[in-house]
Amino acid sequence: MRLNVTVNGERRQADDVWEGESLLYVLRERLGLPGSKNACEQGECGSCTVYLDDVPACSCLVAAGQAEGREVRTVEGLAEGEALDPVQQSFVDAGAVQCGFCTPGLVVAAHDLLDRVPDPSDEEIREALAGNLCRCTGYEKILDAVRTAAGAR
Amino acid sequence: MTTTESTDVTAAQGIGTSPVRPDGTMKVRGEFAYSSDLWHEDMLWGATLRSPHPYAHITGIDISAALALPGVYAVLTHTDVPGVNRYGLEHPDQPVLAEDVVRYQGEPVAIVAADHPETARRAVAKIDVGYEVLEPVTDSEAAVAGEGPELHPGGNVVRHVPIRFGEQDVTADVVVTGRYEVGMQDQAFLGPESGLAVPAEDGGVDLFVATQWLHVDQQQIVAALGLPKDKVRLTLGGVGGAFGGREDLSIQVHACLLALHTGKPVKMVYNREESFYGHVHRHPATLYYEHGADRDGRLVYVRARMYLDGGAYASTTGAVSGNAATLGVGPYSVPNVTIDCWGTYSNNPPCGAMRGFGAVQAAFAYESQMDRLARACGLDPVEVRLRNAMSEGTRLPTGQVVDSAAPVDELLTRLRAMPLPADRSGEPDLRHLPGGVSNTTHGEGVVRGVGYAVGIKNICFSEGFDDYSTARVRLEALGGEPAATVQTAACEVGQGLVTILQQIIRTELGVEQVTTLPMDTSIGSAGSSSASRQSYMTGGAVRAAALEVRAALVEHAARILGHDRGDLSVGGGKVVSRTDGVLADLVDVLGDAAFDRTVEWRHRPTESLDPETGQGNAHVQYGFAAHRAVVDVDTELGLLKVVALDCVQDVGKALNPQAVLGQIQGGSAQGLGLAVMEEIQTEGGVIRNPSFTDYLIPTVLDMPPMRIEVLELADPHAPYGLRGVGEPPTISSTPAIVAAIRAATGLALDRVPVRPEHLTGT
Ligand code: FES
Ligand code: FES
Repeated sequence: MRLNVTVNGERRQADDVWEGESLLYVLRERLGLPGSKNACEQGECGSCTVYLDDVPACSCLVAAGQAEGREVRTVEGLAEGEALDPVQQSFVDAGAVQCGFCTPGLVVAAHDLLDRVPDPSDEEIREALAGNLCRCTGYEKILDAVRTAAGAR
Repeated sequence: MTTTESTDVTAAQGIGTSPVRPDGTMKVRGEFAYSSDLWHEDMLWGATLRSPHPYAHITGIDISAALALPGVYAVLTHTDVPGVNRYGLEHPDQPVLAEDVVRYQGEPVAIVAADHPETARRAVAKIDVGYEVLEPVTDSEAAVAGEGPELHPGGNVVRHVPIRFGEQDVTADVVVTGRYEVGMQDQAFLGPESGLAVPAEDGGVDLFVATQWLHVDQQQIVAALGLPKDKVRLTLGGVGGAFGGREDLSIQVHACLLALHTGKPVKMVYNREESFYGHVHRHPATLYYEHGADRDGRLVYVRARMYLDGGAYASTTGAVSGNAATLGVGPYSVPNVTIDCWGTYSNNPPCGAMRGFGAVQAAFAYESQMDRLARACGLDPVEVRLRNAMSEGTRLPTGQVVDSAAPVDELLTRLRAMPLPADRSGEPDLRHLPGGVSNTTHGEGVVRGVGYAVGIKNICFSEGFDDYSTARVRLEALGGEPAATVQTAACEVGQGLVTILQQIIRTELGVEQVTTLPMDTSIGSAGSSSASRQSYMTGGAVRAAALEVRAALVEHAARILGHDRGDLSVGGGKVVSRTDGVLADLVDVLGDAAFDRTVEWRHRPTESLDPETGQGNAHVQYGFAAHRAVVDVDTELGLLKVVALDCVQDVGKALNPQAVLGQIQGGSAQGLGLAVMEEIQTEGGVIRNPSFTDYLIPTVLDMPPMRIEVLELADPHAPYGLRGVGEPPTISSTPAIVAAIRAATGLALDRVPVRPEHLTGT
């Protein structure tokens, strides 16, 4: 099938998409946007989190066809040119990135949280990020990063 | 040349500071290329057919239906392996593709290349394998007793490590015994096993892969492919975590075979379920301990028998057993020790390296024993540890005398002095209680406990292994600035080595601009990113190469400035005289000259263990960490919440304080996982929970805030005095948490992970 989808503000088209492909697969393998990650492809880790019409979703659980005609924003679409989004900058500065495989999903999830709740409590941050696994950091510096980003926005 | 002279420890962004990671910006932008992100024009997708049975004879393989599927380019079995169909880190006992027998569920039997991953998966499903299913061997103790069928020639014991130290038949007034079990833990790195193999015009292959040790992969790949070394070139693809799970081969040979066979680039990526079958795990263990002490709690002897189940193939079972045995009494001074540790074969999933490597299993047992001893002597758990704490000068059960700081007592006293979290009071916030917002309790039935533990880990490779790393450093003027380049084959797996190597060069050469070349096999081996060794080893090699560059530069500067070279140093981009101050800009002194040095660097040698007594100076360095855990337990439902997890660790010298904290936090979290949730559950060799739905790792809701203190007691034998950081925090975190649960509930809890039913008795 042919898929039409707006990604990071650009209208994109993918041909010969097999019905069983996920939005994550299309982004990564057909549209040249491998920033969203494939840590489980079971909806359990959050590494594939993207905005789908402004709502964060696990793109591994979204069938490609479900994205037809919709707007997707991925981690690649958060920075303004060279300037990182404050969430991205604070992840780098706080040491919240080790291997970084969880980072794209966490950055999107944290970005969404701060859009909804500009000054979240620690409990709110933890709840918002509970669907995103990280195996390297023990989460402490991720919490630091989100607190700093909240202050910077 | 002395190696410590005139190091500029104040260099901007040099050692002791925490500059941002050079790969950090790409990682937050989603632009960092992980091995699973690689793409090549015209590439094919590889897939693997794995055995559904833990133990079976293969009676036949029919690939015709798979080959007939449109879009399929190759279906290969063991007869297509051109070289030796065996690999392995310690013994080459594992087939690249199974021949007439499979020894674990998930063992690769055939591989496919096709034009779409789904086509490849369908082709895999069409391969028809005849199996004659056999009764699996799953009991380590039976293996040691010589029972059951032999899975490999020579029997089912991979290694027996005896330790005989002091008197073997002493008695003591107070005796405590225990039998402990540690479940099979998974590294659960988030980046799946993956890579891209590209066939080359010279008949060789270029492999881009996520791994921990490029050269040991290369060695095993060339043997299997029957190619000379220069025909198989490896480059590190971006690595999404490792923790030991990438030391053994996964896709490496398979992707190369398919690429060479089809003449096309081949990408392979495991999904999460396949990842559980596709790498080795932490050895599950059964440990029997007996501690004898005087009435004051001072240890007289320790006796232990340890059984580590290595699963179907040897992997690093030998070295893991060596660690468990030699570190088997923990960070304590014990005059008389009798230990026997066996690593065995079975039809369980193969086990090998995971962060802590044998020390984790032993620590759960010896720390549980120390708490039992404290109770038997009526002592506080910290007090009994202080009375037995080893220190610099202690003779360990291997006979090795510890010749640098071993601040076990200081770790414990600092930990004890840290403030405890406030008691729950008033109407509690559900989010702070066991069960969280599931609203399972408002505090009724919830009890709190505090537990302590301390652990020891050997740093770097041990037992006489020729452990070295290779580094190249180049200094020249580029675009009007002095610029350094560093090249190694050391794998950045997330730990931050790329930052530290740049910091070392800034410190030694006083230049700001440092470029890191891709990690590949065009330079000599760096050894593995494991055993907490890369800051020590590749850090040491980069430092040594930088010092050679500096010496050559000073020589050159002395010549062109007409100055005594003994009076010169470099720093802050200047050439400086000790008597006359700044003499010149480094960039001017460099001119068109370039200084380029490659160094192979070794730590001081170690010895193998005596095979009968386990005596020998087997280890290079020891690392220590201690944890205190505070846990709330809902005794009615068996739910719990780790309320605090505090840590004190000695790191010798914190080359990058932020990265040190990151290692301690992440390592502690993995220890928490083993304590209360993480286990690959097997039944007759079959994995019951190969998914992140059923194999749980800690989330941000499970990890409590941590108080951390870092000590820097220099080890005079190590570069900058540093002590490996990565593993110690994983070791003591588990027993501290279980001690806290015991303190809260009064239960014995001799198995990890602790499950709800262990707490409710149902
Ligand atoms: S990859 Fe989508 S949730 Fe894990
Ligand atoms: S940084 Fe590695 S998984 Fe989070």
